[in-house]
Amino acid sequence: MTTNKYLIFLGCAIPYRVAAFEISARKILAKLGVDLVEMPEFNCCGLPLDPVSHEAMLILAARNLALAEQKGLPIITLCPGCAGTLKKVNRLLKEDKASREEVNKHLREVGLEFKGTTDAKHLMQVLIEDVGLEKIKDTVVKPLTMLKVAEHNGCHILRPKEYIGFDDPEDPKTLKTLIEATGAKCLDYLDETECCGAPSVGISDKVALQLARDKLNNIKMVSAQALITICPFCHIMYDTNELRIEKMFNETYGIPVLHYPQLLGLAMGIKPEELGFSELKVNVSDLMKQIGEV
Amino acid sequence: MNERETVKSDPQFKYEVSKMHGGENLLRCFQCGTCTSDCPIAKFSETYRPRQIIRMVQFGMKDDVLKSDTLWLCASCFTCTDRCPQDVEVASVIRVLRNLAAQQGLAPQMFKDQCASIMESGYAYRIPESRLKKRESTGLPPLPKGNAESICKSLKGVDFVDHVQGGK
Repeated sequence: MTTNKYLIFLGCAIPYRVAAFEISARKILAKLGVDLVEMPEFNCCGLPLDPVSHEAMLILAARNLALAEQKGLPIITLCPGCAGTLKKVNRLLKEDKASREEVNKHLREVGLEFKGTTDAKHLMQVLIEDVGLEKIKDTVVKPLTMLKVAEHNGCHILRPKEYIGFDDPEDPKTLKTLIEATGAKCLDYLDETECCGAPSVGISDKVALQLARDKLNNIKMVSAQALITICPFCHIMYDTNELRIEKMFNETYGIPVLHYPQLLGLAMGIKPEELGFSELKVNVSDLMKQIGEV
Repeated sequence: MNERETVKSDPQFKYEVSKMHGGENLLRCFQCGTCTSDCPIAKFSETYRPRQIIRMVQFGMKDDVLKSDTLWLCASCFTCTDRCPQDVEVASVIRVLRNLAAQQGLAPQMFKDQCASIMESGYAYRIPESRLKKRESTGLPPLPKGNAESICKSLKGVDFVDHVQGGK
């Protein structure tokens, strides 16, 4: 299904504390001619409750899919967790009649029904599959050829492979391709596809932060000027928690962490102040100087 | 060292888990350890070992597994699931075990808070008023509202949710 109109599903983390991702994503999507329609009403995709109740997760995800079906639009999400959940549940309920009937029993109580007529995609998938690389390159007016950056994908956009069916989780290429469309070079580094640790925050912060620290060490080793993410939780791990990690482990990183739409936005010639750069925690002034924005 | 400790075992436990969605392939595990050696959490945790958890389930060590704190450390990155040569869907087995633990009231408080927040507002976190005002000032459209009544009604009869709601 190729379309340029989507129902935007923000999820919970982005409106709670990752505004820059939404601000910059809306800016670049507008430039690319993608129409966004707001969700008529909202509930969490269900992922946070999957560990405690798979059934609650299925119902919450199906509610959103049913609302999208009523609107006759596919869903675009910025959060890979939401995308992964909505995709998995959409597929399960389309294929497994018994599960669908079980979930629909709950939905009918509130006048909703899952029919299996819509689709859910993450921003990155929309960019590469529906908008297309050529169109993205056409909007680049200020190639960021002076930049060497690293990328971090976020697990739920790729795994489990069998259910998500997007890119190759062992050697993902999409984000790299999208980064290089801005003119920046994307560097390889050790253990690139490993998890940032975010889901274990609150259970064991020490373990979770060690995961992020390990990744930051590997990113520092290749002298990346910035880290590019496409997940609000990964961004919190590396940006919001970077200072905390530095203090906890007596390290210095100073690696700016940008949401991919911020990077593309800069290449499109959009000013940093319109892309939510003031929301970032790690200082970006050196990076801004390097790209001539100061 | 003279006293021998007997491990309480429930021989039906592995079948109970195998019957649940996501736990179907549990019995296929042949203990190769790929899950644990590739697990980013196991790399830094002294206690979290997915292979061990799977084996304990196969042995019927129900109480030991469900009451263990380490069960909640999994980051759900699905690396184990993708790399398991026997298609055990290890992360899903862990999720099944967590669901069973939650049914016994053993879920960490964090999950109860998120569940309560979802039922109140639709959002898993309580978004402060200042954030909503800031949205306006940065030119973002108003945040879609949750329909609390509809959310609660559609979740009625779900074990964990009823628990959280009853406990309020």
